Amino acid sequence: MVSAMEIYMLLPKTNCKKCGVPTCMAFAVGLLRREKKVDECTPMIEEKKYEAKLKKLREVIAPIENASETGLIIHPEKCFGCGNCVVACPVNVAADPTRCGIGLGPQSDRVILKVEDGVVVCNNLKECRRFGPNKTLCNACTVTCPSKAIEFV
Amino acid sequence: MATCTGCSLLCEDIEATVKDGGLSHVKNLCRKGHGHFQSIFTERTVPSIDGQKVDLEMAIAAAAEVLKNAKRPLLYGWSNSTFEAQAVGIRLAEKIGATIDDTSSFCQGIMMEHILAGRIPSCTLDDVRNYADTSIFWGSDPSNSHPRHLSRFSYYPRGDKRQRSYEEERTCIAVDVRMSSTAQLCSNYYFRVQPGGDAEFMEAVLSVLDGKIPKVADKKKMIELGTLLKKTEFGVIFPGLGMVYSMEDKMDLFERLMVRLNEITTFRAIPMVGHYNMRGFNELLREKTGFVNRVSFKGGAAAHGPENSVLSAAKSCDAALVIGSDPLSSLPFGTARLLSKKPMIAIDSRRSLTTDAAKVVIPSAISGMEAGGTAVRMDGVKIKFEPIVESKLPTDEQILIRIMEAI
Repeated sequence: MVSAMEIYMLLPKTNCKKCGVPTCMAFAVGLLRREKKVDECTPMIEEKKYEAKLKKLREVIAPIENASETGLIIHPEKCFGCGNCVVACPVNVAADPTRCGIGLGPQSDRVILKVEDGVVVCNNLKECRRFGPNKTLCNACTVTCPSKAIEFV
Repeated sequence: MATCTGCSLLCEDIEATVKDGGLSHVKNLCRKGHGHFQSIFTERTVPSIDGQKVDLEMAIAAAAEVLKNAKRPLLYGWSNSTFEAQAVGIRLAEKIGATIDDTSSFCQGIMMEHILAGRIPSCTLDDVRNYADTSIFWGSDPSNSHPRHLSRFSYYPRGDKRQRSYEEERTCIAVDVRMSSTAQLCSNYYFRVQPGGDAEFMEAVLSVLDGKIPKVADKKKMIELGTLLKKTEFGVIFPGLGMVYSMEDKMDLFERLMVRLNEITTFRAIPMVGHYNMRGFNELLREKTGFVNRVSFKGGAAAHGPENSVLSAAKSCDAALVIGSDPLSSLPFGTARLLSKKPMIAIDSRRSLTTDAAKVVIPSAISGMEAGGTAVRMDGVKIKFEPIVESKLPTDEQILIRIMEAI
């Protein structure tokens, strides 16, 4: 996952404030949080000298744009289908204690993560503990993944 | 619910239906299992003799001929066949005085021998889920070889006595030559050993269990391991090939370690078997002859020895029946090349290097998907399964019975 510093290195670093925030670093953080869009940095779009950096910036930002509202990103090509995240997710276990709780595949519809066609898929992200007004920084699914196929922005 | 025969975990909670020549929305199969299920649809074999397609009857008759004319036949494979088929295979070997061996001969054979003889105590995977608080992956990397091992049994699920599971009640330790995917999940309990350095590591563990200073570089970490092992209530070691190959001639040291651990607390070992029914063959052969592999029935009585191992017999035999295995790909090149020149009968559902070189190829139904039967999981639990797809192909068991009748 790209970091704020890596994004900052691709920006003009002029702190011109045309995007609405005071510094380029703040803009980099805003991009990560998906509060800002690349096109809001008008100097980068308009001036030819930033063309190469703009291209790279769009490349590194692309996976973030596909992240869900909770910031969850799944890379199915890296997934082993091991089910560690399915069994570790506290919401999964609460929804299906006699299945996910003890290591079996879920049968309830209220689970967030399940393994389909050999890789993990997610559903019902509104149930995720990282979502909503009382959100917590739960990381059960990411720390249990052996291949970094599931991560947060 | 289907059962997956992709590895020795034999997961039984698979929801898969085959529609329009394909699978979709199958649930709970790991990536390996999914690949295994997809194998129904490609590279299927047809009955053939010398590369020419024939009908099944002719192929079976030709196979019987090959075995009848052989003076030193070898029957090899077995780990991918059902219990029922393996039983017929052993009877066939006895009938024609053949040498019979399976993949355990260059895999977990020595570990399986010790466990089945009771020299190394074992338990079931369900015991692991319910009671184990320390899981040691020694020379094994289940995240890659048995993907659902940690989520179904050894680290993440809750159990009767382990309701708080990996967060508070379970520890997992990895002993490996490199930081494998599983070792990454074991965080601060990863112990790096040099290739072949497992014996030294075991001596160091024995030292700390006796309160002595271990002969290793990182003494503090080893002493911490000793403390952890002493506080364990129910520990399980999962030896993989990494440990078995390193300790092949030093198994008495591992036995000693298990004895010592069991003086302090409870410790068991479950071998990380690869193929879905290797243990079934070992148990069957042991029941009949007292040996888990490498048996020759020449002259009537069962004889055991390294000369009956596939590594030797592939060179010394004059014909071979290979069932559910691809020795031309897995044996050392020189041995494989010698074997490829002999008349071979390949019973296999899919094309491989061995089926390409075989004189007679007999297609079979894939066990678990197209054929039912029984298999023994890596921990000794017998799992019975039914097919999920209709197939006109004969099962391994049926093929072997027909060959035996024709001899």
